[in-house]
Amino acid sequence: MSSLADITAVLGDAVEDTFERGTDGNVDTWVRIKTSAWRDAGRLLREKLGYDYFCFLSAIDWMPSPYGRGEEDPTIEREPIDTTIRHGYVGGSTQMQVFARLVNHRTHVGVTLKVDVPEDSMTVDSWVDIFAGANWHERETHEMFGINFAGHPDLRNMYLPSDFEGHPMRKDFPLLARIVKPWPGIVDVEPLPGGSDDEGGAE
Amino acid sequence: MTMLGDRQQLAYIASQAADARVNVELETEGMTLNIGPQHPATHGTLRIIARLDGEQVVWAEPSCGYMHRGYEKLTEVRTFPQVTALVNRIDWLGSFANEVPFILAAEQLMEIEAPPRAQWIRTILFELSRIANVSLFLGDLGVQLGAITPVFFAFRDREYVLNLIEGATGGRFHPNFDRIGGLKDDLPAGWIDETRSVMRKMRKFCDEIEGLLFGNEIFEARTRGIGVIPRDVALQYGLSGANLRASGIDWDLRRDQKLPMAWDKVDWKVWTHPDGDSYARCWVRLQEVRESTFLVEKLLDTLPSGPVMAKVPRIIKVPEGEAWVSTENPLGEMGYYVVSKGELGPFRVKIRSASFNNISIVPWLLKGVYVPDIITILASLYFILGDIDR
Repeated sequence: MSSLADITAVLGDAVEDTFERGTDGNVDTWVRIKTSAWRDAGRLLREKLGYDYFCFLSAIDWMPSPYGRGEEDPTIEREPIDTTIRHGYVGGSTQMQVFARLVNHRTHVGVTLKVDVPEDSMTVDSWVDIFAGANWHERETHEMFGINFAGHPDLRNMYLPSDFEGHPMRKDFPLLARIVKPWPGIVDVEPLPGGSDDEGGAE
Repeated sequence: MTMLGDRQQLAYIASQAADARVNVELETEGMTLNIGPQHPATHGTLRIIARLDGEQVVWAEPSCGYMHRGYEKLTEVRTFPQVTALVNRIDWLGSFANEVPFILAAEQLMEIEAPPRAQWIRTILFELSRIANVSLFLGDLGVQLGAITPVFFAFRDREYVLNLIEGATGGRFHPNFDRIGGLKDDLPAGWIDETRSVMRKMRKFCDEIEGLLFGNEIFEARTRGIGVIPRDVALQYGLSGANLRASGIDWDLRRDQKLPMAWDKVDWKVWTHPDGDSYARCWVRLQEVRESTFLVEKLLDTLPSGPVMAKVPRIIKVPEGEAWVSTENPLGEMGYYVVSKGELGPFRVKIRSASFNNISIVPWLLKGVYVPDIITILASLYFILGDIDR
């Protein structure tokens, strides 16, 4: 039985979508969890399936940055950037998603879990009482993305001053250095060792 | 001291005892002790705020952010090949090892694989950066516990390894040598023989450190039983690398994970220790450096010939998708979660660095320890500031 089948059997209704990639012996698994079941999912995976190693927790802002990749000259007018949200593996329904990775330290099988963050409350449940290590990761995510974790004891800033405004890792937070000055290293192409420069690779 | 009669002496002892009792019963006022950000016993600029009751810590918390460089944000405005120059600087003592998991993640998304010779050389350079990194830890450990000699040995012998890395890549600290699809260049002439002799030197260095520190009575007294981390706590906090193996968990990503690298092509041993204390963590690291020297020699013995670069497009666009790749870096598990939207650069990169998790256990671990043990515990957990803040 694959790890994904185990997970769907244990989590049941909490699973929104799943995805598997890779060939035998080297399969990676993605599971999207219902927001309301996020805490229970973490607990069940740990207690029932032995996913006891907490690897990391963070978030993704799926909106493409309205500032682009900062490669254009800021003094020149340009067309507005398409900021339509396209989700990655296992889909999603909100702009922000929290994702985390757990590993079973006996079988060395890992799973990436994702959960939608409701746009009105910007809150998901905290994992601190399931995985003590989630404490700092949730603090960092709160600071960088502005996502709240219900049940977290202490969501102080880790890096920035406590009166800092904005959430730097959100896509609508501009990287000022790239906006005030054009980036000199647009695309650098380096001659490949052994490869011919004229043919442009394998494509 | 004047001569006291028996009765006076007894009265004196009784009064001393009474004083001592009063001292025990008196509520002492808590004191806050700041260690760092600039302190000889911290590497870089980690600041520990500790609230003390007498000599004991009742609450402690590391204060990060003195070196936050926002690499996750910066990767979003770089192209894929440019990102290696950034991630080089996360754990600056083992730079090459930082590049590898990112490159592997990009290769996984592009569905290309480096040629065997490139895989071998990658693995060799990876292990060399481990030796350079952890040998400095072994020297630094002595300094933190009050022994000066080991650090001179470490700086002397690490230089040989850095020379090797420089010889192959051109950079002592920031090689920036790994490319999507292989390596920038092949090994220079004479490098292999030089490496063999340096590996012998590094084994001698390990023996020296073992004799200087690990047989030392003071070292044992200061590390045995200090900062014990039980297995389940270590897993909950996501501790990795030698910190996890010192708590008796036999898990090494080099062995237990299928990656296009050469670790599974040769025989080597994963070292563990059942105790989980500071001594165990230091001991496991010492063994790992020694094991790495053997590993490098075996890899050199089996080094295949052939090209070091696969066919890749000149302008690299990584297809849409998500990939997670982590490797066993000198400090522990280092991984990148790369989200690509099929553009020139990544859409989002989550950098999972080992020290961030390894240090997040500090508030739990320091509760109830004595002030000098703070230094022992921090030294044995082993972190690099750039690896915490990123």
